[in-house]
Amino acid sequence: MSSGIGANEYSHMVQKASPPSHGIKNFLWAFFSGGGICCLGQFLCELWQRIGFSLSQARGMTSVTLIFFTAILTLCHVFDDIARHTGAGTLVPITGFANSMVSPAMEFRREGFIAGAGAKMFSIAGPVLVYGISASVLYGLILWSITYLM
Amino acid sequence: MITRIGHTLQLSSPANILSYAAVGGKKEAEGPLGAYFDAVFDDTTLGAPSFEKAESALQSQALRLALQKANLRAEALQMVLAGDLLNQCISSTFAMRDLGLPFLGLYGACSTMALSLGLACVLAACGAATPVAAITSSHFASAERQFRLPLEYGGQRPPTAQWTATAAGCVIITTQPKALQIPHVCFGSIVDLGVHDAANMGAAMAPAAAQTLSQYLRDTHTLPGDYDGIFTGDLGAVGSDLFTQLMHREGFPMPANHHDCGLLLFDRDKQDVHAGGSGCGCSASVLCSTILPAMRQGSLKNILFLATGALMSPTSSQQGESIPGIAHLVHIIRTPPDPPGA
Repeated sequence: MSSGIGANEYSHMVQKASPPSHGIKNFLWAFFSGGGICCLGQFLCELWQRIGFSLSQARGMTSVTLIFFTAILTLCHVFDDIARHTGAGTLVPITGFANSMVSPAMEFRREGFIAGAGAKMFSIAGPVLVYGISASVLYGLILWSITYLM
Repeated sequence: MITRIGHTLQLSSPANILSYAAVGGKKEAEGPLGAYFDAVFDDTTLGAPSFEKAESALQSQALRLALQKANLRAEALQMVLAGDLLNQCISSTFAMRDLGLPFLGLYGACSTMALSLGLACVLAACGAATPVAAITSSHFASAERQFRLPLEYGGQRPPTAQWTATAAGCVIITTQPKALQIPHVCFGSIVDLGVHDAANMGAAMAPAAAQTLSQYLRDTHTLPGDYDGIFTGDLGAVGSDLFTQLMHREGFPMPANHHDCGLLLFDRDKQDVHAGGSGCGCSASVLCSTILPAMRQGSLKNILFLATGALMSPTSSQQGESIPGIAHLVHIIRTPPDPPGA
């Protein structure tokens, strides 16, 4: 540019001109909604146990229940409206994982069940699965090595 | 005849605006300019099975309405210039597929309305085609799925993000005398000051807007205050602020006649669009729904339309590239007295 402004100087200008996210508001939303989902999870876990499941079974059933309700809310076009406010509060628990699988499946259904929904379903959650599973394998190897050496 | 003054093209036999039309979606209809659109659609799918097809329908509707206002049949057009945001410009291609007219598909990201309009004027002024149509569109849902995340994904948008307009605009250019003329066109060059944030497009485009405008002002020996309005699109709140600062540094302080199409189309306080509107359809629909009608009524007589584009793709961003910006300028005047039939 004729004014001779460089990338560094412009970067400072951009930083100054760009409003930050509503930190405290987002934090409070995330804290209470995320906490609320955890309370709901605990409630569901107790409920499944009362019905007759063991603790480990009830924990699995709790995850499945939260995934199921998130999928329903996503299908009803409601989840994104909630998550717009709750942010990490709904993203970090298993609700975020469920939404990240269902939303691309819905979005790309028009491109077919195989090349569309099937292939794109993992476009957001894929990296989480790849690195989550890789990390657990690595952890297992380390644990196994330590146990073997001991 | 066309004369080149610096980077600016002066059209000595000016290209004239025969007619124009703007169409929009539900959110655009609810915005401050909703009442000025030629047609709005509550159902943003427009009854089509996909959002890409819906966007094509927006373009078809904009062209149909502009032709209708000019009392012209589509076959009368000698050329159509159209563009959109989608890969391979599919909204334009499929909208124009059945017309059987010479078609130029253009990509200038959100600057495409000024790009297509400027080129249409050049083609008309040099005798290559008249009448000639310039059309652009964007659709929130088709842009989101290509550039960002699925619609139902539960994420948060940062305050610098802009909202892609679901809208289209069409202008038909002729060499016949009309009230609205285009005496100058200035095609901008790519400017990249290293902005990487795809959620801050206004910041990426502001330097290009400042460069094209200051180039044009130097070429024509005019000042921003000489115009009734300078309409940038779509810098949004952040980009407009940076654009004003950059223009000041270029030696052209911006008076109150600067408006941004991204800030005009939506009500930022009520419509949850963060930094404002964006997309080829944003500046196109603001031009065709509000600016050109105001010029025809006489409340604006001499304006600069400066559409800006962020020339990026998810691929280039993922590979760590910065976002290059571009801006094209079209100078539009109202000629007194009105020729009959204008």
